[in-house]
Amino acid sequence: MTSDYGPLSARAFPMNIVTFDNVSKIYRMGQVEVAALRDVSFAIPKGGFTALIGPSGSGKTTALNLIGCLDSPTRGEVTVAGQAVKGLGRRSGADFRGQHIGFVFQDFNLLPVLTVYENVEYPLLMIRDQPNRQRRLAVERVLEAVGMADQARKYPAQLSGGQKQRVAVARALVGTPELVLADEPTANLDSQTAFMVISLMKQMRDAFGTTFVFSTHDPRIMEQAELTFRMVDGRLADDDSAHSQEAAT
Amino acid sequence: MKILRLAFKNLLRYKRRTLFTGLLIVVGVVAVIVFVGLSDAFKRAITGQITDSMLSHLQVHRKGYTASIDNLPLDRMLPAKAYGRLAAILDGDPAVEAFSGRIRFGAMLSNYAQTTNVRLIAVDPSKEQAAAPLLASRIKDRTRTDAILAPGEVALPEVLAKGMGLKPGDTVVLVANNKDGSVNGMTFIVAGMVESLMGPGGRDGYLHIDDAMALLRMDEPEISEVAVRVKNFRDVDAVAAKLQETLAPMKNQAGQPMFEVHTWKQLSPFFNVVRMIDLMTLGVQTILIAVVLISVLNVMMMSVYERVREIGTLAAMGTRPGRIMGLFVAEGFSLGLVSALGGSVAGIAVLWILNLSGVEVAFGGGNQVFALAPAVSPGQVASAALIVVGISVLASLQPAAKAARLAPVDALRHV
Repeated sequence: MTSDYGPLSARAFPMNIVTFDNVSKIYRMGQVEVAALRDVSFAIPKGGFTALIGPSGSGKTTALNLIGCLDSPTRGEVTVAGQAVKGLGRRSGADFRGQHIGFVFQDFNLLPVLTVYENVEYPLLMIRDQPNRQRRLAVERVLEAVGMADQARKYPAQLSGGQKQRVAVARALVGTPELVLADEPTANLDSQTAFMVISLMKQMRDAFGTTFVFSTHDPRIMEQAELTFRMVDGRLADDDSAHSQEAAT
Repeated sequence: MKILRLAFKNLLRYKRRTLFTGLLIVVGVVAVIVFVGLSDAFKRAITGQITDSMLSHLQVHRKGYTASIDNLPLDRMLPAKAYGRLAAILDGDPAVEAFSGRIRFGAMLSNYAQTTNVRLIAVDPSKEQAAAPLLASRIKDRTRTDAILAPGEVALPEVLAKGMGLKPGDTVVLVANNKDGSVNGMTFIVAGMVESLMGPGGRDGYLHIDDAMALLRMDEPEISEVAVRVKNFRDVDAVAAKLQETLAPMKNQAGQPMFEVHTWKQLSPFFNVVRMIDLMTLGVQTILIAVVLISVLNVMMMSVYERVREIGTLAAMGTRPGRIMGLFVAEGFSLGLVSALGGSVAGIAVLWILNLSGVEVAFGGGNQVFALAPAVSPGQVASAALIVVGISVLASLQPAAKAARLAPVDALRHV
């Protein structure tokens, strides 16, 4: 069985959008090897609102990078939307991300020379080459959804941190990807704004049916997740670390 | 278009840096256009003066004449029969506008008080006027306006005439040896003063060809050189080559070729100056290339270095490496294009101002002043602009490739 992006993993499971199977990631820093992830296995269900939690250096960002096809594992297998990450080249990786994954960054990473509208339009214009009318409808819909339609002509420098992250969420969602990854999306926001952004992401999950996976070390934010994976020193905290909030309550 | 639009927006992100770099390129383009405009005008002015007032476009001599042209040999003339055949060929060539047979010889000039040597060119005034239409403008203080001179008159080199205190209307005696060595003398009226010009014949006097035949005791005209003017100056080399080919079968009694053909480039030392100017133009263009290469490369490298995280973001979102490269190449292209257009407009404006204010070049201690009309052809402007745009794209390739090669995960970590 193959996809446009290479061989599909035999371990791909229709109900899980992400699977980690004994995944290790080792970085070499000079003569020293640093293991960022060690034999990590987990699965993230489709349509979930999942958090990777843990202290700095625990491997959250490395795991998100592997899920986002930005990096490949040293050992083990990562499967995202049925696609084995290891088989992706630079170009096919870019194509896969452009079609299936949206990103929200800690520092928002909006393009400063583009307006809010143009920032949200970018993935459709420069990556998916969608026609003008289709683009306009999609951008207007998603800006409306995140409550930024009235700010469309502003530049990022004219927005507050919370507004910038709303725009970043809109940009991640505009191509209706299956999966949105957010690395510490609230780290640069005050607690009230952080809570609003997480609530917005959850609303968007409900509205668009997109799977959200985010990392955080803020206890109040992690409470919002439906499923959490606690990471410590590159490992899942224990075998039962996958913790369903609903199950817990 | 969408890439170009984004490229322009990114260039405007660092307005001051883009402005300074653009201005540097604009100055380079202006320098090239002004230099090319002025040097071409200079070449046109001098070449026009040399060919239109003295050499004409090409000359035909008896084989071996130009090798001893400084001696003005009378024993290497074209006989009347050979000249007749040559004239028939030239008359039948549609590319030839006019031609003039000349007799060149040396003589003694006397004003009854002093005697000196003088080099003379004997011409049929009407034919010479057609072959060298600016000759009349070189003869100052002319006594007649209908022709450059008439039988019985001589136009003397200006410097020589001044030195002997001669002025138009004065009577002088010319004494010359013919090819057999016998001496003859005749009196002439000074009809004007001939301005000096660089190159062979540039300090010669003029008289009527009938007078020269009488002075040299020729029964029938023997011609030293035939000056040929072509209809289109750009065709000089082609016409010369064709004429050479046509004349090649004509042999002298010894079976050697009868004629030799030379273009003005081979006869005038100014052609070496022309080549030097062309070399300098190439030098100026090379400097422009270096300016564009260094400035665009510098701007683009800084742009990539400053936007590593942004490149990581674009790559993470799914922008293909080729498109990221295209974005940066488009920035270099846009910078080059705008600067080239600005430089071209500014360069043409500077030339226009120079034309309005007038540019003059003086030679020979100010004796000869050429008014230049600096101008550039659309092709020359396009060439300068294309060099700038092409080098801009070339200079941005390396930084753009570097941007495209950045691993997204590393670029996103960049601080």
